[in-house]
Amino acid sequence: MLSHDFGAGFADPVRDAQGVFRAVLDALSHPGVAQKLTGMSDGVGNLKGELASTLLTLGDHDTAIWLSPRVDTAAVKGFVGFHSGAPVVSDVAKAVFAFVALGDALPNLADCNLGSQEYPDRSTTLVVELPALSGGPALVLRGPGIRDTQEISPVGLPGDFVSQWSENRELFPRGVDLLLVADGQVVGLPRTTRIGDA
Amino acid sequence: MNAVANYNFAYLDEQTKRMIRRAILKAVAIPGYQVPFSSREMPMPYGWGTGGVQVTASIIGPDDVLKVIDQGADDTTNAVSIRAFFAKVAQVATTTHTAEATIIQTRHRIPERKLEAGQILVYQVPIPEPLRFLEPRETETRKMHALEEYGLMHVKLYEDIARHGRIATTYAYPVKVEGRYVMDPSPTPKFDNPKMHRSEALQLFGAGREHRIYAVPPFTDVVSLDFEDHPFEIQHFEEPCALCGAEGVYLDEVILDDRGGHMYVCSDTDHCEERREAGFVGVLGMKEAAE
Repeated sequence: MLSHDFGAGFADPVRDAQGVFRAVLDALSHPGVAQKLTGMSDGVGNLKGELASTLLTLGDHDTAIWLSPRVDTAAVKGFVGFHSGAPVVSDVAKAVFAFVALGDALPNLADCNLGSQEYPDRSTTLVVELPALSGGPALVLRGPGIRDTQEISPVGLPGDFVSQWSENRELFPRGVDLLLVADGQVVGLPRTTRIGDA
Repeated sequence: MNAVANYNFAYLDEQTKRMIRRAILKAVAIPGYQVPFSSREMPMPYGWGTGGVQVTASIIGPDDVLKVIDQGADDTTNAVSIRAFFAKVAQVATTTHTAEATIIQTRHRIPERKLEAGQILVYQVPIPEPLRFLEPRETETRKMHALEEYGLMHVKLYEDIARHGRIATTYAYPVKVEGRYVMDPSPTPKFDNPKMHRSEALQLFGAGREHRIYAVPPFTDVVSLDFEDHPFEIQHFEEPCALCGAEGVYLDEVILDDRGGHMYVCSDTDHCEERREAGFVGVLGMKEAAE
């Protein structure tokens, strides 16, 4: 029996998508500064509001998406297929967007699509749900979008994240971009951001 | 019965907006790199700012306040039309005051007033590829950007010096963004180049006919190309604005009669008006008041 409960998308698709997009744009333009996501979709199952809203805002039939194990379910695929039409791929290297649900491990950044030297824009954007965006070990950010330095302290990034990120930074202009979400907020880490210790 | 179908908010359909939004996000993540996008037909001809209009349409929300300038002026045909377009299809508030605007779409100028954090400057770009007149093949220029092979651009600037004794490029003066990509700042006068450097505002560039979007995030290094013995210089004007007396701003020459009479006035009309309202008077402004 097929389930026909695909969950609810945006209440006001045009306005809500614009609001979420501007939050994401601000997040990538000001790396490390948490931006509030307004007008979120409730999502479905483990695909919570933050991930679901980003997916609905940016994903459609042109964007292959990768789902981490906890959201790689029939219910979530129904939501994705019904509301966005985005094809789901099992190889993260083929994904335009990768969605990592709370509690799932981040895929190795180097395993994602890193783009090419000619088309660095074709790389994967990862959207990662964390337990919290503050309260964890402090990271100091530098780079475009940051006046001097910006401090973040997200909870739940893998132990080798800083070294993985520095390898990602080395690939510039290739590399992945990261959106960290929790508590109705989004923090952007574009590939240009350099992370140092506090 | 006679109701006319409404446009979607901000004219573009949602699928198009998503595609443009994805391009904008990658453009911000790779400062100065030109992201290809699938440019749409707009209800205005190419060359009238279709790239800028598509970028603005994709970012604008109901709470935004839009300002549109054409060569610094709020009151020219292009600026008035685009402002009216968004007032109609997005029902947004519009303004001519730089300080009040959240989004400023511009054709070939950066406002004189320093832009602030939270403001977005959207440039209309005719030819996004700075290397295009040196190398017509897209396959080649793409490779040159990939390999960071910008020697040809320096040769071009050097030939300027060999021919004219100085770098003669005065607008669309090439810049290097964050030490990596050489970028065309659109045909703004080189006077405005220093304003791009570590600007607090986000700068987005849309080229409709050429299907490219690129960006400079806030606090990003934007350095005009030059040589040690021929450093980059901006234009200087010998007289102040004739209406408001402003110095250190970009001026337009206005012909007054057929006997060689002319005046120089601020190209940024809002800046000029604000100064005059604040009591600043230039040479011809004073004469006007005395008569």
